[in-house]
Amino acid sequence: MALADPGPSGRFGDYGGRFVPETLVPACQELERSFRSAWADPVFRTELDRLLSDYAGRPSPLTECERLSDELGFRVLLKREDLNHTGSHKINNVLGQALLARRMGKTRLVAETGAGQHGVASATAAALMGMECRVYMGEVDIERQALNVFRMRLLGAEVVPATSGSRTLKDAVNEAMRDWVATVEDTHYCLGSVMGPHPYPWMVREFHAVIGSEAREQCERHLGGMPDVVTACVGGGSNAIGIFSGFVDTDAELVGVEPAGGAAVGRGIPGVVHGMRSYLLQDEFGQVQEAHSISAGLDYPGVGPEHSHLATIGRARYEQVTDDEVIEAFQLLSRTEGIIPALEPAHAIAWLSRDREALAGRTVLVNMSGRGDKDVAQMMDVLG
Amino acid sequence: MSEIPAAPAAPGALEAALRAGRDAGRKLLVPYLTGGLTVDGDHWLEVLRAVVDAGADAVEIGIPFSDPVMDGPIIQEASERALQSGATPLSILDELRRADVGVPLAVMTYYNVAYHMGHERFAAELADAGVAAAILPDLPFEEVGPWAAAADAAGVETVMLAAPTAPDDRLPVVCERARGFVYAVGLLGVTGERAALATSSLKIAARLKAVTDKPVLVGVGISDADQAVEVCSVADGVIVGSAVVRRVLAGEGPAGAADFVGSIRAALDASIDQ
Repeated sequence: MALADPGPSGRFGDYGGRFVPETLVPACQELERSFRSAWADPVFRTELDRLLSDYAGRPSPLTECERLSDELGFRVLLKREDLNHTGSHKINNVLGQALLARRMGKTRLVAETGAGQHGVASATAAALMGMECRVYMGEVDIERQALNVFRMRLLGAEVVPATSGSRTLKDAVNEAMRDWVATVEDTHYCLGSVMGPHPYPWMVREFHAVIGSEAREQCERHLGGMPDVVTACVGGGSNAIGIFSGFVDTDAELVGVEPAGGAAVGRGIPGVVHGMRSYLLQDEFGQVQEAHSISAGLDYPGVGPEHSHLATIGRARYEQVTDDEVIEAFQLLSRTEGIIPALEPAHAIAWLSRDREALAGRTVLVNMSGRGDKDVAQMMDVLG
Repeated sequence: MSEIPAAPAAPGALEAALRAGRDAGRKLLVPYLTGGLTVDGDHWLEVLRAVVDAGADAVEIGIPFSDPVMDGPIIQEASERALQSGATPLSILDELRRADVGVPLAVMTYYNVAYHMGHERFAAELADAGVAAAILPDLPFEEVGPWAAAADAAGVETVMLAAPTAPDDRLPVVCERARGFVYAVGLLGVTGERAALATSSLKIAARLKAVTDKPVLVGVGISDADQAVEVCSVADGVIVGSAVVRRVLAGEGPAGAADFVGSIRAALDASIDQ
């Protein structure tokens, strides 16, 4: 199988769709049409490829982790999205969406951000293309990710705190959608994950598929074949879908790693919020519950609809790790490989470390979706 | 995309009442209240009775949802406070069942509340509580099929929203599926008061009146009697939400809400007489 075009209904099995206020329906339809035409246009693709190589620094390397492999007892490779410009995989999607927004005649980007990685990437693309940019960020996250807030402002973006609800990523999405409802005529909503209303889950996946296609080629060259396991952290799930897309038609096992306090696939049931039907943490009346994770980027009660579909059909499975396991893994990778991971991909490392016995003898590819500089201040507090 | 059933041919209780009011030469007034929002000991059902007595033709009752993306700060705050005080969809419907206010009621909530309970059960609970209609602002035409089928079967009217961004060919399709009334979204933005009436309100009302004979009510951004009168020069009526709820949140109670709703009623009636 390959990951499919979800068609006009935007469905991945039972999941996905377009559950948005009527005001936004024409904008989502226009975005879908524009993306279809741009994605089939060699001029657009060439321009995006040029930005990905000359500006973002792609292709990102594949790194063999000898000391970590020795410690864990099986072979570990990292796909180094942390080495992209702005420090995470988020730039792949944002460059695509900003180019598309410009092609659609939009002059302003609005974005939500959790850890600030998508916000920084959006602010960067806006600066590059001379667009206005406003980023909504939960008040709690503004505190724990002060460095990224400063970076966004330095790049010329306006950072607006989301002060309702849990004051984290979920509420930043609400605020960004409210902004878009009011500004849809000149504004593109630069959504940061494989979530939201159709066409976002599909479009964002396509912009991140470059991770998987590069990694597959690199594995063929370096391993002479496919890894046994491909793993990535999952909040909304964009970096995971990006790398899974390159291996979904192989025998590799696909494993998403969720934070135990925000495990939508692991602990949620199907629901509808933020424009999509997907697994969702909710109470007995359908009120969305707050997620709790040490990682601001994964602190989200939902998940992209294609992950719900992959879980339902059994093509991917989803593990959970605790904050404490993540803190251990953050230090483990730093100490053994000289790579300080972001707290988000540290979830994937945490799973490898915990389940090392079950993984013995296998070759595991991890999507190292972002670097840890942004988390250092927070970890100084945690580790004392 | 699942199949979207045609709307029932006959109007339900809400649409019948609104059509009758319009046919009698009246401009229609539908206040919005957040269900379960009790401030300073003034029970929300008392506020409901007071706005009915002040001249509401129907009332929209919000069932609070954790993530109200179509709502501005006032209704967000009201929703949050109602949820914190323990209000649930079933507790609100239970209270409505006993309210017997004498005008049709429409529930406004977000789709996950209905989806989570199950379409058939939610529709049955509404009907059982005497609620005539449902408004689900995050359930656009393309996605309305499964809910509409259950609502139609239970005799619950599904109000459809029509927005200024809709191209001309979309409006008749939306109106065709609407029952109760057509909810004209007055402006680009979320619910909340505005200093002046948006010109988009008049424009969307006129575009809708040109394609449907169902009652066309404008909501979102209608803030006072003057704005209500102005938009009703084109529309059949108005929905007034945040301006009412702000007064409830401020502790003005049933009397304050009734004063305000009554002032709009009087202005609308006076505009007809002239």
